[in-house]
Amino acid sequence: MTVQERVRGFVLEYFYVSDSAELKDEISLIDSGIVDSTGMMEIILFLEGEYGIHIEDHETIPENLESISRIATFVAKKHAAASDRGIAGELIDDP
Amino acid sequence: MCGIAGSVALNDELPPPALEDLSAMVGALRHRGPDEFGLYRDRRVGLGHARLSIIDLATGQQPLANESRSTWVVFNGEIYNYVELRTELVARGHRFRTKSDTEVIVHAYEQWADGAFARFNGQFAVALWDSVGETLVLARDRLGVRPIYLCEHAGRLWFASEVKAIFAGDLSIPRKFDPLGFAETFTFWTTTAPQSVFAGVTELEPGHVRTISHGRVEDRAFWEPRYPVDERTTFAGSLEEAGERVRAALEDSVRLRMLRADVPVGSYLSGGLDSSLVAAIGRQVKGDRFHTYSIRFEDVEYDETSFQRTMAAFIESDHHEVTVRREDIAAVFPEVVLHAERPLLRTAPAPLFLLSRLVHESGIKVVLTGEGADEMFAGYDLFREAKIRRFWGRRPASRIRPRLLERLYPYLTRSPVAQRAFAREFFGRGRERWAEPGFSHQTRWQPAAALQRLFAANLRHEASRLDVTERLLAALPAEFREWSFLAQDQYLEVRTLLSGYLLSSQGDRMLMAHSVEGRFPYLDVELVELANSLPPSYKLRGLDEKHVLKRAAAGLVPEEILRRPKQPYRAPDALSFVGAATPDWVTEIVSEHAVAEAGVFDPAAVGRLWRKCRANPGHTQFSNADNMALVGVLSTGLLFEQLVRRVSNRSATIEFKTFVDQLAIPETGQANTGHVGEVLPR
Repeated sequence: MTVQERVRGFVLEYFYVSDSAELKDEISLIDSGIVDSTGMMEIILFLEGEYGIHIEDHETIPENLESISRIATFVAKKHAAASDRGIAGELIDDP
Repeated sequence: MCGIAGSVALNDELPPPALEDLSAMVGALRHRGPDEFGLYRDRRVGLGHARLSIIDLATGQQPLANESRSTWVVFNGEIYNYVELRTELVARGHRFRTKSDTEVIVHAYEQWADGAFARFNGQFAVALWDSVGETLVLARDRLGVRPIYLCEHAGRLWFASEVKAIFAGDLSIPRKFDPLGFAETFTFWTTTAPQSVFAGVTELEPGHVRTISHGRVEDRAFWEPRYPVDERTTFAGSLEEAGERVRAALEDSVRLRMLRADVPVGSYLSGGLDSSLVAAIGRQVKGDRFHTYSIRFEDVEYDETSFQRTMAAFIESDHHEVTVRREDIAAVFPEVVLHAERPLLRTAPAPLFLLSRLVHESGIKVVLTGEGADEMFAGYDLFREAKIRRFWGRRPASRIRPRLLERLYPYLTRSPVAQRAFAREFFGRGRERWAEPGFSHQTRWQPAAALQRLFAANLRHEASRLDVTERLLAALPAEFREWSFLAQDQYLEVRTLLSGYLLSSQGDRMLMAHSVEGRFPYLDVELVELANSLPPSYKLRGLDEKHVLKRAAAGLVPEEILRRPKQPYRAPDALSFVGAATPDWVTEIVSEHAVAEAGVFDPAAVGRLWRKCRANPGHTQFSNADNMALVGVLSTGLLFEQLVRRVSNRSATIEFKTFVDQLAIPETGQANTGHVGEVLPR
């Protein structure tokens, strides 16, 4: 399952949406009222638990988390950053 | 207080109203007036009355007629200036048989026709039948303290204080939910009169009088909230003078409500300024101890005990308390919904249901409350929030202006950064439209409307076609935009939440559930018109809410009550229904088959909501959305079960103390009136 599908499933379940067709990946979760500011914390906790990433304060901005597609992009970016660091780490650690 | 009910035939071919039907209506309102019952009937109309005796205990029975017995009235409420009106009417030649305020209504109607209602200072729902002109007149007080519901069915207009009495009057009336009522509730937190949640049932609008005569119906407003549009209509005095005027008007208002009763009057004490001030003045007016009543909460988050006790000690009242636990709310919630007769997004009515029970058990029938002060003097956070959001909207790029929100909601500074960023996004949304009507209420209406995602597909489709916000804003008074922004915000608050929710679900219905009459000094017409005439800066000074009222209260209540930050009245919402104490009815109401049968929500979506709520054993607070969603789902299910699915039970026998049947054949030649009558169920 892609990140997008997984996040989508979470939002559907956790914010009790009845019609999945209405939950477009591009709509703003805040503007549509599906997720409030408390709900955004729940999404962040989910992402950190599910993908083993650590989301910094300065990253918790609408640009990163506003919609399902932005969240997916953001998670991918975090993963890429983590693996870059991983490679870099290996390089340094390599005797 | 009382309950009224009845029907009128809208064409000449119909048979007279059946006594059993009228009797069933009165029976359904027994809780509103358990002291005495009355009935009037002729070939066209039936009037029923359930009485809670408060003024003129001996001769205030209803239905009551004028001297010539041509005009009959049933009435729920109080006309506080009845003594003055009576003097005026006597001077004009009217003769009175009783000492009741009810009799003033028929004579005032004879004198001034439907212009009479604008002369009443009080809280009332009236049905008046002019048997000569065959005209029925229905009227409701200015702010909607007392209810009247209406339903036209099979050639008759049925009316009653509560919907359940209409459904009891004619069992063939279809009992169905109305999509528009749900779209409104899941936006404004309530329906707005005339809309109800039942198809075909409407509510008479506050401040309206409706005349039904030979099939012709006329409905007009005899009063509407008005705010200043220029210097001439604005209070011209200083802030200090305004404080004195408000204090004097409030003292007059409390005096009328304290002394115009032939039974003892008590007072609610929430611990806040509004009810404390009312109780303090009540104590002065009475010149003696009296009873006060408070809600305590086991959950400290909602509890205000120390302030309540401070105030009770200060006025040396005989103080009564009820301590409310989560499981108490869950236990009474079905009854609460049965009385409220509308979906609820908050459990806050439930503790008030328990409080009126305490009042009843202590032998008191009438209480003063502090309701209305927040609307008239701008006490709610919503008004302050709108002021900041408009200030921000004028410089939408400002980074400093939105920080004022932290002054208002200190939790924002304590919250994680993520929540702060998104809260700012939430409050700032659409700020470029800060001058538009309804801007103030978007932060309430949009999150509630977002819960429509739980609706079943059909209803969601219907609701999306009916833009209820657009409808409300399209029907605003012509001069709305000429009012100050604060006045606009106050008007919307009065029009939506005050009459639809606070005075109904948290007011009349919870009080009457235990036969207790609430009296609302802040809704006195003189005080309301004074408050409305004040410049906005007298009410909301900077961010200091109810500023002029605090001035008026100085010296009357202890400093610690005067200075304490406002605490909104809340009760545990979703928390009341989760954890070990979940009652069986909850699991039944959220079950797939029950949700599907009620037809309002999508069973799968409710399943998701319930899974999420159930996973919280009650240790942490739910989000605002989860709270409203679960309480909304449960109350809707209970409403369906108790008012739509269940057929009214008509088994009770009513003994009528007043029984006037113009169709009965006189046996003694002495006619058919004034006897004790009994109508057996069919």
